[in-house]
Amino acid sequence: MPSQIVSLIVNGEQREFIAAPGATLLASLRESLGLTAAKRGCAQGACGTCTVLVDGRPEASCLVAVETVAGRSIRTLEGVAAGGELDEVQSAFVDCFATQCGFCTAGMIMVAEALLDANPEPSEEDVIEAISGNVCRCTGYRPIVIAVLEAARRRREQVVSR
Amino acid sequence: MAKLRGRGYASVNYPTGMNLGGDPSQALIHATTTGTFVISLSSVDLGQGIKTIAAQCAAETLGLPIENVLVDTADTDTGPHCMGTFASRGTHRVGNAVIMAAAEARAVMLEVAAEELEVDAADLETDGTGFIRLKGAEEKGIHITDLALAAHFKHGRTISGRGIYLKEPSVPVPETGEMDPDSCQAHACTAAAVEVDDETGVVEVLELYNAYEVGRALNPAMATQQVEGGAWMGVSHALFETTEPYYPSRDHGPRDFAGYLMPGPADIPVQHSLFLERPAANGPYGAKGIGEMTANAPIPAIANAIFDACGVRLDSMPFTPERVLRGLDALRRKSEEEPC
Ligand code: FES
Ligand code: FES
Repeated sequence: MPSQIVSLIVNGEQREFIAAPGATLLASLRESLGLTAAKRGCAQGACGTCTVLVDGRPEASCLVAVETVAGRSIRTLEGVAAGGELDEVQSAFVDCFATQCGFCTAGMIMVAEALLDANPEPSEEDVIEAISGNVCRCTGYRPIVIAVLEAARRRREQVVSR
Repeated sequence: MAKLRGRGYASVNYPTGMNLGGDPSQALIHATTTGTFVISLSSVDLGQGIKTIAAQCAAETLGLPIENVLVDTADTDTGPHCMGTFASRGTHRVGNAVIMAAAEARAVMLEVAAEELEVDAADLETDGTGFIRLKGAEEKGIHITDLALAAHFKHGRTISGRGIYLKEPSVPVPETGEMDPDSCQAHACTAAAVEVDDETGVVEVLELYNAYEVGRALNPAMATQQVEGGAWMGVSHALFETTEPYYPSRDHGPRDFAGYLMPGPADIPVQHSLFLERPAANGPYGAKGIGEMTANAPIPAIANAIFDACGVRLDSMPFTPERVLRGLDALRRKSEEEPC
């Protein structure tokens, strides 16, 4: 199978690149497009740190062959801070001390973005369920759960004040 | 069949640093033209927060806002020497080295300010907002940005400092084995509340109470993070993690993340943590190390809580459902053999 040109809409921008046969979405983002926020923890779908949004849904990008998502819309952590401003989820992660080494953080934030887009008022159980596919070795998860709930609260307040 | 509740506690004394035939760490600090103090270190921040602690120690010693401090840990090859990030030594060794470097830089900073203001350096003080002022004469002062520019372009002075902390080698006394291997010891106690399902053998940790004597918590939020993240790892070792579940046999050992069990966000106990502060004489602003110890006390505390709940005394980790059930079976057999 020859390499092929794949085109994706990444963080709102049309991007084209040459994908080797079998290249994953994760490898394409990191190596072809230089977007290194999504990390490779296990390369088998068990840790969640490679999570990006495909048409708004969180996916383990290490398991996705890139040609199967050609033309689709991909959102990565690089697309979250619009104009360099941290969004509610990111700033809540900072304020709630929800990150230590940071290796899980990109995946955690993308999962949280998808959750809050679908459910602006999540319960604690909803948050736990949403992040349950993401491994964190440092924080003990509690600060992350608190941060996502805090981000939801901030986002609702923003909507009210707009 | 029932869910049995129990409580247990355990304590730990833990050394800060170690003795490798001498254990040094260095720090160098210098001011840029605009008054940012760059700390050069080879000590790596892998999430434990050494950059934050180094910046805090430098800002406190210099008497400047933390925004004026930049920590550069870029290169272990060319940077000032550090033994490494291990043995709970970072805050203690690096903090002390940074304080020493910053004190030297502060002295130069005040000398240059004295020249610039035409006063005696001993009469100057820092106000913590970025100004160096003449004591008792608030209006006579200079901002660090202007001072650093003047130092570079007018006085030809380098505002800089060198720091090293060395834990000297200590050899055991042959007759007694006595030696001085560490610098101070931190202490902690964890109490655990667990629930044991005597039908399935599953242990659930409900609550952890952590009390830590850490010398001084230089950054209480980060210290709490370390204690509770470490306790998570303790719970994980106590109940889930192992590479050889049937040690010494390698059978059924996990080969990857999918098979290597770790608690997820739903398995986390409620934690209550507090700090007791008894500053250590040789610690940076009194701090001791609390890196590694945070995973220790929860494990025996959970073992004791399991014993309290159901009478099973486990001495191999992890405390899996299989081990709990085998323990319960043994207790039952014993009570059948020797009816009271
Ligand atoms: S790298 Fe994709 S799930 Fe771990
Ligand atoms: S912050 Fe280190 S893995 Fe989550």
